[in-house]
Amino acid sequence: MLESSWPLLSLLIWLPILGGVAVLLLGEQRASQGRMLALVVSGLTFLFSLLLITGFERGTAAMQFVELRPWVEALNVNYHLGVDGISMPLIILTTFSTVLVVIAGWERIAYKPNLYMACFLIMEGIVVGVFSALDVILFYVFWEAVLVPMFLIIGIWGGKERIYATIKFFLYTFVGSVLMLVALVYLQFQAGSFAILDMYGLGLPLATQVWLFIAFLLAFAIKVPMWPVHTWLPDAHVQAPTGGSVILAAIMLKIGGYGFVRFSLPVVPEASLALDWLMITLSLIAVVYIGLVAMMQQDMKKLVAYSSIAHMGFVTLGFFIIFDIVLRTGGSGALLALGGGMVQMISHGFISAAMFLCVGVLYDRMHTRMIRDYGGVGHRMPLFAGFFVLFAMANAGLPGTSGFVGEFMVILAAFQANFWYAFLAGTTLILGAAYSLWMIKRVVYGEVANEKVSALQDIDGREKIVLAALAVAVLWLGIYPAPLIEIMEPSLQQLLDNVIDHGIG
Amino acid sequence: MTTVYLLIVLAPLLGAILAGFFGSRLGRAGAHWVTIIGVGLSCLLSLWVLLGFIRGSLQPFDGAVYTWMLADGIRFEIGFLVDRLTAVMMAVVTFVSLMVHIYTIGYMADEEHNWPADSRLGANAYQRFFAYIALFTFAMLMLVMANNFLQLFFAWEAVGLVSYLLIGFWLNRPTAVFANLKAFLVNRVGDFGFLLGIAAILLYFGSMNYAEVFAAAEASPDLTMSILGGAEWQVATVACILLFIGAMGKSAQVPLHVWLPDSMEGPTPISALIHAATMVTAGIFLVARMSPLFELSEVALSFILVIGAITALFLGLVGVVQHDIKRVVAYSTLSQLGYMVVALGASAYAAGVYHLMTHAFFKALLFLGAGSVIIAMHHKQDMREMGGLKKYMPVTYWSMVVGTLALIGFPAFSGYFSKDGIILAVAEADRAGATFAYVCVLLGVFVTALYSFRLLFLVFHGEERMDHHTREHLHESPLVVTVPLILLAVPSVLIGLLTVTPMLLGDWFGAAMPVAPGNDVLAAVAARYDSAWGLVAHGFVSLPLYLAAAGFLTAWYCYIQRPDLPARLQQQFALPHRILDNKYWFDELYLKVFAGAGRGAGRFFWKVTDAGLIDGILVNGTARTIGRVAATLRRSQTGFLYHYAFVMIIGLVVLLTWFVYTAR
Repeated sequence: MLESSWPLLSLLIWLPILGGVAVLLLGEQRASQGRMLALVVSGLTFLFSLLLITGFERGTAAMQFVELRPWVEALNVNYHLGVDGISMPLIILTTFSTVLVVIAGWERIAYKPNLYMACFLIMEGIVVGVFSALDVILFYVFWEAVLVPMFLIIGIWGGKERIYATIKFFLYTFVGSVLMLVALVYLQFQAGSFAILDMYGLGLPLATQVWLFIAFLLAFAIKVPMWPVHTWLPDAHVQAPTGGSVILAAIMLKIGGYGFVRFSLPVVPEASLALDWLMITLSLIAVVYIGLVAMMQQDMKKLVAYSSIAHMGFVTLGFFIIFDIVLRTGGSGALLALGGGMVQMISHGFISAAMFLCVGVLYDRMHTRMIRDYGGVGHRMPLFAGFFVLFAMANAGLPGTSGFVGEFMVILAAFQANFWYAFLAGTTLILGAAYSLWMIKRVVYGEVANEKVSALQDIDGREKIVLAALAVAVLWLGIYPAPLIEIMEPSLQQLLDNVIDHGIG
Repeated sequence: MTTVYLLIVLAPLLGAILAGFFGSRLGRAGAHWVTIIGVGLSCLLSLWVLLGFIRGSLQPFDGAVYTWMLADGIRFEIGFLVDRLTAVMMAVVTFVSLMVHIYTIGYMADEEHNWPADSRLGANAYQRFFAYIALFTFAMLMLVMANNFLQLFFAWEAVGLVSYLLIGFWLNRPTAVFANLKAFLVNRVGDFGFLLGIAAILLYFGSMNYAEVFAAAEASPDLTMSILGGAEWQVATVACILLFIGAMGKSAQVPLHVWLPDSMEGPTPISALIHAATMVTAGIFLVARMSPLFELSEVALSFILVIGAITALFLGLVGVVQHDIKRVVAYSTLSQLGYMVVALGASAYAAGVYHLMTHAFFKALLFLGAGSVIIAMHHKQDMREMGGLKKYMPVTYWSMVVGTLALIGFPAFSGYFSKDGIILAVAEADRAGATFAYVCVLLGVFVTALYSFRLLFLVFHGEERMDHHTREHLHESPLVVTVPLILLAVPSVLIGLLTVTPMLLGDWFGAAMPVAPGNDVLAAVAARYDSAWGLVAHGFVSLPLYLAAAGFLTAWYCYIQRPDLPARLQQQFALPHRILDNKYWFDELYLKVFAGAGRGAGRFFWKVTDAGLIDGILVNGTARTIGRVAATLRRSQTGFLYHYAFVMIIGLVVLLTWFVYTAR
């Protein structure tokens, strides 16, 4: 493990949390100072997080920037942080998205703006904590803490049905995580430690592993979300304010995917092998079934929410086809699958954020999310239309955008596992284009539909900055994904070796 | 050389970026100049490269530009392969593109009239159009210059994107907006197969690079895989058919052809550039490029042969009943693409590519000519409202006559050599489906002449059927329109005579498109006709010319001599006419069956399984059940002492009974 000379990860966790508290303490009267402070804090956090990239040692799977301090000594619980190639890009995604959300919420939020900003800053710190915690109790604390700011964001600034949505969201995710806690405590007894890395390769009996796998599955599958525990997501998104949707889609869903690679695969590899058919089936259902459901949505936010689920299907598909690939080809292709799943998570972070922001731009002006209320927006908002079409194309997996990279890798790898996996996953080429571009056709294209559309003004400077930043990210990752792969691959390789050694033997 | 190749690719891209992002600052002239300079430079350099290959001073180039990513030990690169095939494609693409750029200045001159007054998009439409076609040129060059499957797929989708943007360019037109979504989706169906083909190649041949894949495929041609049940398939067959499904999408082969006629909703310059000369030929190029792979699979080649033959004849027939001038040319394009595909299926790759080249010139010419007519007609496209235009637009007329003669394969015109080459090659082929294909391409010659001269007669001859207002304003198009017509007419006539000996008969492409020894039908053709004039002489004594003449005479009789005849024939043969008029009901079938099923399934999953089953019964049901159980339990706690006492006594009795019975 590579120790850190100064506690960078702690800084990335506590700077935004304390910053959020400071924004809160300003009081709701001083909104402009509040958002300026929020911008400074999130901007600084993002800049500091870039040190993770510059200081990151390539070519090793070891945990880096490690911090280890006793926390509850009686129980041997530690304040233990560190990142590897799997978690580091997710932290950058978190800090990047938070800056955008702060800018996007600028002056848009009239009710308790400082509380709004504070929620997002605190959320940021907590999520960085989830991705960097190496002690399961610490992990669990952050994991559950995520719910609180998100609960507030939807519950306070949400739409008409926000109470139903928040309760559904909270119960769903809470039920899922309780079982995970039991599993984690059980694992502590087996490993004799709360350190995540000590729980790898314990060689538990298969029956035990299966129970643990199911406990993890509930927690992670609900977060991802996987079919059939996905129904909280469209409701939550529809009710959430734009910023909430962005963070929900860009970051919160990634926590579930991260759980699978950090816990399920390495901790219970044999159970993962035994139940991979289930995971693959659910993932493919997400791609095809949810893709079809997305196509029929009338509400733009619901459409993007469903398309998120379909895209996250590629993440879980990539993670759980590795066993079939290894059994069939002896190993080549499995790393492609894991890498594809990871890239898809990062890419989906950018694209779903961008899509929700685009819908938000329209909603701010028209106060409706219904597709039928639009038409011919391109005539009135040409610049916005350019961005919207770009992101819709990325959503449809067009090469040259980040949306292509992960899907491409997973489909190539899926073919190595089984022709029909690739066949079903490949339908996303058609379905993704159908739901993304059909929406574009009805919203952006066509004649100006009504007076309200006719009165639309194009995006302002603030919106331009946010969308342009995401456009750069989407294109950059699409045109040159090599650096991201280079960062992730050693850690994924180690994960794969670990899983194969203990899972297939 | 890398620098030159990079320059060829990047010059149009730079033009596109400048015109696209700084269009309003550059103004109209600025925008068309930066793109024309970019594409012009690219064209000059491409011609120089082609000349280098002709002279033999240039050797094939195969090298990487940068590593896109290195994942799992597989190298995904952006890189160029430039050989004789690529050089020809580069020259064709950049030349036609340059002509179209110049032509567009005239065609889009009064572009703002196509936009609603309050549309902010209309302001820079002119500049945006130039940015798009320059971007297209970049993407198409990347496609033909790729040395690996990744870049091929990249460019493949990129040209599709630009096609989507350009078909829907006039976004206030519902038909255009319908057409561009349709084009993209149908192409995606093809790309679905294409991507699976790439995945198969990566799995079995272990690389993305053409050269490595071809070497690996030749090393183990008999590799098999199982897809369903126990049947073993040859890997090359599966991979080739999957790749060809991609080609069927882009090159509009039956049954994925439905998007191309609708794509005519886009502005005419792009119909010429994208939907006739270049992008739609990407599928032809793909198969030609992959010839080492396709040569391994007799089954795949037969499949290709039959698909091409069906497209060539049956879609040509639809062209005979169309009234929209652009749609006639569009169906003609479909039919000619079918000819090219037939050539590929017969292993006559050089003939396919050769027809691609000649067709690019004369079909671009025909489209631009049609566009010139449309300008004169104030953007009316129905041929029933035209007639007698010959005297108003002589340059357009004569250049279209040249294009038509090339298209129907009049001896010594460029199209003659390429089409006759295909017919002769198919006659030599002996794989399954060859006889069927031969009959189709032969009959296709009659059909081609019929619809081509029908168009010419309806538009330029006969009585003037347009309204008074339009007739008063009829005039020849400006120079920026007619000069490209003339410049395209020259190669439409001459390119065949100049190049047929080496390219078609002389195995000039050689190693760029290798053919397996037993399959080399073109060598058999070349053995009989050793020169261009030998081929021309043969033309006068062979069937195709007389079939074409019959087509001409039929058209002349029906549209000049007896203009009342077509309507009567239509009544006489109502059923065949209905079949053709409805384009074999492909559109209706797809809309009802595929789109309908997709929407139905989506609605079912959403309303029934998601909202009804999962949310209604499982999620909210659980919540309700908990609520109900709680309510029931609450009811038991009534607060009346005698209730509790009663329950206690009953419980006691039950317990006692149980004890007594179990104790025995």
